[in-house]
Amino acid sequence: MHRRARTAAWSSGLATALVLAMLAAATVGPVRIGLLEVGRATLNALAVPAGLEGGALRWVHPFAFDVERTHQVIVGELRLPRIALGAAVGFALATAGTVMQGFFRNPMADPSIIGVSTGAAVGAVASIVFPPAVPFSLQWAAFAGALLAGFGVYLIASEGGRTPVATLLLAGVAVQTFLGAVVSFLLLYAGDSLERAVYWLMGHLHTSSWPKVWTVLAVAVPAYVLVAVHARDLNALLLGETDAHTLGVEVERTKRLLLAASSLATAAAVAAAGVIGFVGLVVPHVMRLLVGPDHRILLPTSALAGAGFLVVTDTAARAGPAELPVGIVTAALGAPFFLYLLRDREVHEL
Amino acid sequence: MIRIEDVAVELGGREVLRDVSLSVPAGEFLGLVGPNGAGKTTLLRTVNGLVEPTRGGVEVAGEPVAGRSARDLARRVATVPQETTLGFDFSAHDVVAMGRTPHRSRFDGADAEDRSAVERALARTETADLADRRVGELSGGERQRVLLARALAQETPVLLLDEPTASLDINHQVATLSLVRELAAEGRTAVAAIHDLDLAARFCDRLALVADGSLVAVGSPGEVLTAERLERTYGVRTVVSEHPVTGTPTVTALGHGGGESAVPAREPLGPPAADDD
Repeated sequence: MHRRARTAAWSSGLATALVLAMLAAATVGPVRIGLLEVGRATLNALAVPAGLEGGALRWVHPFAFDVERTHQVIVGELRLPRIALGAAVGFALATAGTVMQGFFRNPMADPSIIGVSTGAAVGAVASIVFPPAVPFSLQWAAFAGALLAGFGVYLIASEGGRTPVATLLLAGVAVQTFLGAVVSFLLLYAGDSLERAVYWLMGHLHTSSWPKVWTVLAVAVPAYVLVAVHARDLNALLLGETDAHTLGVEVERTKRLLLAASSLATAAAVAAAGVIGFVGLVVPHVMRLLVGPDHRILLPTSALAGAGFLVVTDTAARAGPAELPVGIVTAALGAPFFLYLLRDREVHEL
Repeated sequence: MIRIEDVAVELGGREVLRDVSLSVPAGEFLGLVGPNGAGKTTLLRTVNGLVEPTRGGVEVAGEPVAGRSARDLARRVATVPQETTLGFDFSAHDVVAMGRTPHRSRFDGADAEDRSAVERALARTETADLADRRVGELSGGERQRVLLARALAQETPVLLLDEPTASLDINHQVATLSLVRELAAEGRTAVAAIHDLDLAARFCDRLALVADGSLVAVGSPGEVLTAERLERTYGVRTVVSEHPVTGTPTVTALGHGGGESAVPAREPLGPPAADDD
């Protein structure tokens, strides 16, 4: 029960911090809006289903505080969707990163290690540069590219029903390099859309909308649940695959499932927000130092911390006079911190 | 309890085991001995399902190993591995508690039975005082005892051990093998690959000598360990004598088959030494 109490304490603490960070983030912007006003506007924007009407859910807004109309629009339609998207993307990336680090038994692993992010980049850049050739929206093209790349790497690395982790890692590196070349090639022919493509590649949250938030959550939350249910198996896998087998874990099946769930979560996040680095690498690493290696506590805390981290960094990215893509901020903060860890901590070998 | 019948195993196109047939009844401690690369580990792995035989079959508790789920097998067979790659630092207690994995459903936490199984395992392997330490900080020998505790916490009728004494000091070598003997006496089936022939002879009920993928001999230590057979399998001249204190066979390697490096045995039985125990 000790572990459950710790998990509950850490998770509720981080969840509270996340909500506070989201509300505080909504006060930041060109128009200054007080925290109280933000809280009222947020409650006003809240809709709950209240029964069925003609086959569709009927939504009602239970709160109607007196909020200035422009403020209501700014908070409810502009800031909150962006903040929520940041939280959803951070949640998805940190979950995927935690799984990948456990899966590869290597804290250097990150969500894009098997080529998912680069695959998304190919899809997204292709759809920006040659819109007529790509019949989907940018987000779907990126999502499809991510899944194709991840699945391709998996197929390349699998033989006879087994997927050795080292082969998977190397195949991931090779495919990432190749797809990176494809992205560069596409950029050569980008012409007028070059700026848009490069901006996408940097990772950003400025094109947020509520539907985007729901799409990311619709993929990331089930993926998280799937992974969380296998937290104990992931623990056993940290002892090595043969040990995990003798402890009763169906190793290959569990690996497939973890790989699929984390690739889906990453694909959804990258498709919505571009390649945002270091969230999936640094957040699980820091949480491991704080709560230990047990995935039953590490997964929920990393996911919540990842959500909070991205909300805070994106707020910093848009707080300055000129808005920066959040990917630059996470990398600029994450890389030095990671180097510090690298120098200061033992990095476990593969 | 364990029945191995006409088992052959090919790994990477090479035949590592051929025509191995062996039965181990409940309550027996069987030692697998033989030179490096003889196939001892592979034979253990056919029993815990890590290696699938290319021919023949293995049964545990009357049911074939092939086609069983990992969880089902892990409730019957516990394995103490030779080495383990512990990626991140769990506490020794966490590692031992992982032995309960096959007994819990995905959604349950540890119940009283799990906790008492872990406590018992820690107590019997004298690792209770290591419980809160990180496994990464432990010495090789301490880690090996933690892995034995994990296997005990699994509470299986069959226990497999791959070189359980390789990195232990003499005190813990004897303690570990005595414990395995006790477990066998309680009705479990124990099979251990052991390099040290003297220890194997002293603690095992029977020995199985494996060389070059084949089972050369099975029987009591005295029957299996003969100078002539050891020279044939290990390629070294030996003297097998009776240990003055334990009364079990003890093997002294002399040198390569009759070459000038061979050291002649001066006294086959040697003087009884008081400090030998």
